[in-house]
Amino acid sequence: MSDAPLRAINLECIRGDRLLFSGLSLHLSPGQLLQAEGANGAGKTSLLRVLAGLSRPAEGEVHWRGQDIQSNRAAYFSEMVYMGHAPGLKVELSPLENLKVSSALRAGTADEARIEDTLARVGLRGFEDVPARGLSAGQKQRTALCRLLLNPVLLWILDEPFTALDVHGIALVRELLEAHLANGGMALMTSHHALEVRGDCRSLNLS
Amino acid sequence: MTGLASAFFAILRRDLMLAFRHRGELANPLLFFLIIVTLYPLGVSPDPELLRRIAPGVIWIAALLAALFSLENLFRSDFDDGSLEQMLLSPQPLPVLVIAKVLAHWLVSGLPMLLLAPLLALLLDMPAKAAWALETTLAIGTPLLSLIGAIGVALTVGLKRGGILLTLLILPLYIPVLIFATNAVTAASAGMPVEGQLYFLAALLVLALTLAPAAVAAALRISMS
Repeated sequence: MSDAPLRAINLECIRGDRLLFSGLSLHLSPGQLLQAEGANGAGKTSLLRVLAGLSRPAEGEVHWRGQDIQSNRAAYFSEMVYMGHAPGLKVELSPLENLKVSSALRAGTADEARIEDTLARVGLRGFEDVPARGLSAGQKQRTALCRLLLNPVLLWILDEPFTALDVHGIALVRELLEAHLANGGMALMTSHHALEVRGDCRSLNLS
Repeated sequence: MTGLASAFFAILRRDLMLAFRHRGELANPLLFFLIIVTLYPLGVSPDPELLRRIAPGVIWIAALLAALFSLENLFRSDFDDGSLEQMLLSPQPLPVLVIAKVLAHWLVSGLPMLLLAPLLALLLDMPAKAAWALETTLAIGTPLLSLIGAIGVALTVGLKRGGILLTLLILPLYIPVLIFATNAVTAASAGMPVEGQLYFLAALLVLALTLAPAAVAAALRISMS
């Protein structure tokens, strides 16, 4: 497994004066899904934030294609999408306007028609121009999911992607994940839902 | 390069759009600026001689405070709704995105003050020469205030109540701007040359334009982790 694009080496994470985890190493190859499990406060979100490059570990390094992500941010970020607890939407703007900005922040290739198609795919046809303030929490989450599809990237990092989603929404995320893995994509996620995704799935218990 | 430009304009456009969807908030710093200046003749003295003498300081202090208050929200809502995370994870260089945000902020807070200042100069009976100097110093100085302030805001955005800390952090950095700007206006009303002060302010602006975006970007990364 020496060709795994994502490798974490000996990570240690401290929040306040509590040690969340230490000596944690992992690697992820195309087509694999890694699910972080653990009780509330076990450090799942902290782990994902470290792996996404948002925060630095107290010790250890995260490597993408053999290079430290902190010193090669642009290369890593162009192949990774992170979906955190907050959907990252401006409530004053419509899903369409929000996603235009998201797309421009990445490769900037998605045009309006493509964004509308993507919104339709996650079940938001007819909501393109409604200010996000008027959307339910689940609809906001669905809008955030569009980011995964607009600019296809290799690695998805999903923190609780099922939050606020209904049964169909959960099925949709599972479908998207399966398609992503089948296409050789990689995914890291945390979830409280027992999820059965077809493909190469592993889990990591932080407790 | 086109990717970078489209990211820059996307952020600029989004922030301007957000500002215009909150027109009430948009007018706040401007009203604040206007109110402070108009209260001076009422509160201190209507004597034109005195007003003319204190006008540069009054207008500049009002502009400085208005800039300080309007800055607090520069990254706040982005931090709360997760947009800041997404901005930090963009493959585009963060300092450039920061410039877009600061520029949008200046266009909706600094530029209106610049347009209002000649009226206030008239109100306080400033001579035409001094009014010109005031406009020039504001044109150079308000972007400077936005850039310097952005560093403080970026450092305190992760804190629940960063207001006081923000003031303590950036007020000392605002002092040189205030001194040189008011000095230039006072000198202009006395008929003395003001190039020295203006060049100094311009040098500060160039320095801030080159260094502040990188400092803001680094501060944001620290605040987010």
